[in-house]
Amino acid sequence: MSLEFVTIYWRDMLRFFRFRALLVSSLVQPALWLVLYGAAMSSNFSRFSSALPLPQGSVSVTYLTFLGAGVIALTTLFTSLFGGISILFDKNWGLLREVFASPIPRTHIIVGIGLSGVTKSILQVLVIMGFGLLIGVKFFQGFTALHIIYSIAGILLFVGIFSLGFLFLSSAISMTMETPEGLQGVITLLTLPLFFASNALYPIDAFPPIMRLLSTLNPLTYLINGVRYFAIGSSFYAMGSLYVYTKGDIIFSLLYLAAFAALMFLVARRIFDKAIVT
Amino acid sequence: MSDNIIEVNNLEHSYGDFKAVNDVCFFVKEGEIFSFLGPNGAGKSTVINILITLLPLQKGSVRIAGYDLATQPEEIRRSIGIVFQDETLDRDLTVWETLEFHGRLYSLPKDERRQRIEEMIQLVELEDKRDVRTRNLSGGMKRRLEIARGLITRPKVLFLDEPTIGLDTQTRRRLWEYIKKVNESGTTIFLTTHYMDEADLVSNWIDIIDHGKIIVSGTPTKLKNDLGQDMIYLETSDNEAALRMLQSLKVVKAAKATTKGLTITITADGTHCLPILIGKLKSMGIDIKGVNLKEPSLDDVFVHYTGRDIREGGAEKFSKVVIRRGR
Repeated sequence: MSLEFVTIYWRDMLRFFRFRALLVSSLVQPALWLVLYGAAMSSNFSRFSSALPLPQGSVSVTYLTFLGAGVIALTTLFTSLFGGISILFDKNWGLLREVFASPIPRTHIIVGIGLSGVTKSILQVLVIMGFGLLIGVKFFQGFTALHIIYSIAGILLFVGIFSLGFLFLSSAISMTMETPEGLQGVITLLTLPLFFASNALYPIDAFPPIMRLLSTLNPLTYLINGVRYFAIGSSFYAMGSLYVYTKGDIIFSLLYLAAFAALMFLVARRIFDKAIVT
Repeated sequence: MSDNIIEVNNLEHSYGDFKAVNDVCFFVKEGEIFSFLGPNGAGKSTVINILITLLPLQKGSVRIAGYDLATQPEEIRRSIGIVFQDETLDRDLTVWETLEFHGRLYSLPKDERRQRIEEMIQLVELEDKRDVRTRNLSGGMKRRLEIARGLITRPKVLFLDEPTIGLDTQTRRRLWEYIKKVNESGTTIFLTTHYMDEADLVSNWIDIIDHGKIIVSGTPTKLKNDLGQDMIYLETSDNEAALRMLQSLKVVKAAKATTKGLTITITADGTHCLPILIGKLKSMGIDIKGVNLKEPSLDDVFVHYTGRDIREGGAEKFSKVVIRRGR
């Protein structure tokens, strides 16, 4: 197996760690989300959800804990959707010509950028989890040490595969775009429906049917399912809704994300193969 | 097998309806410095981009270093080095990282790669800039780094697209020293430049392209001589008699008297023709008081064939057919 994608990965990581400002802000930003949005909404939601009766035998979780999983998912979405922007900059600065004229297969460029984006997402998620635990997100309650390790691995697996799919998409869009502004526009347009038609911030039970349909197609929903399953448990009660995840649900979620990533890889490969950079 | 390292036959390339390159054929001999010149918009960049595999081959055949572009583009990529026209350095990588990245792109094994990086850094004298980010290098240093990068894979052909553009005279001169050193060690150089004096000085062979076609090719000397417009200025003891004699000669295209002397345009190579003319005048008893010979420059050649100055761009086609004399 050839490992040329490692070269692309190496350069991208080099740049990531070189820019301290970028590094720090990408880690602090999700933490701020959790603190500002979480703290503000938590007291609101707790007030009216505490009025609802708790079904017999179920575990209730706080809004902050519910939101914690959502923030992990949203951060991963944003980071990944913008992860391909380095392709656009390389293209506009002429740097991509060096790479395109070299023997490295174009699929390796896609994979290299993808893996560096996944690395960034995983770092962010670890920071959010650590920080969340500090400010009162109740993840891994009553888990054994082994169970916690297994759960973190599960979360990172979901984050990784989800992230890969959106990085491939982002690279494909970047390749076709002329300017960073254009890319930003397209990504914002994509982000909003993904963001709101998901259960990141609130339950989807009360959505209108069209939104519910969208949310069942939305990869973000499946990522959040996976993260909540591993971080909170297979059955819990939050925001007036009961959440139950079977092993089958989780395996389906993972397969759905994998299929999405595979599809996006094919799209990116097609666009990269056809691209002419001079 | 021939000793041509690049063979281009019947190359055509269109953008939509516009035929940018039309039936282009040329050859580059191994080990030479080949200059590929043409006004802006002549099809030069299209040809180069096809050769370096950035544009697809539409029609015609290209062989580089024995490989067929249509079927073996990867082998060609491994056989060539490229210095692009505009800067293609990652401003946030250091000199060493830039070379390391490139070496990795071409899958050079680690030990070999590290050793060549050191060699290249020494070749272009950037030893004390090894850990400096490329954004902090001067224009000349950046160019040297790009040349080092192009050479790290030990290519058979190095493509240099406007290597000295925007650099001061000193820096340009030094850059040419490196390029010549590289060429002497066996690397064929494929060059494009807007500086005719540079092309004249360094090239073994020149092809000029315009309107998508090769319009003339040859050694710089041959191109200049073929123009046949060497100009001789003479001051003699008897200008009138001299003028009459000169006008009768076949080799003289035009001769006229000026205030103090004569100017003659000749169709042959002035270097060899001038002594003969002087001899003839002397045998007639006419003394020569002053002589000046002006050969056409490559600039003149370029303007003659393309109808425009190379720096002028493609705007006014054929509107300016003034031949500038001297340098």
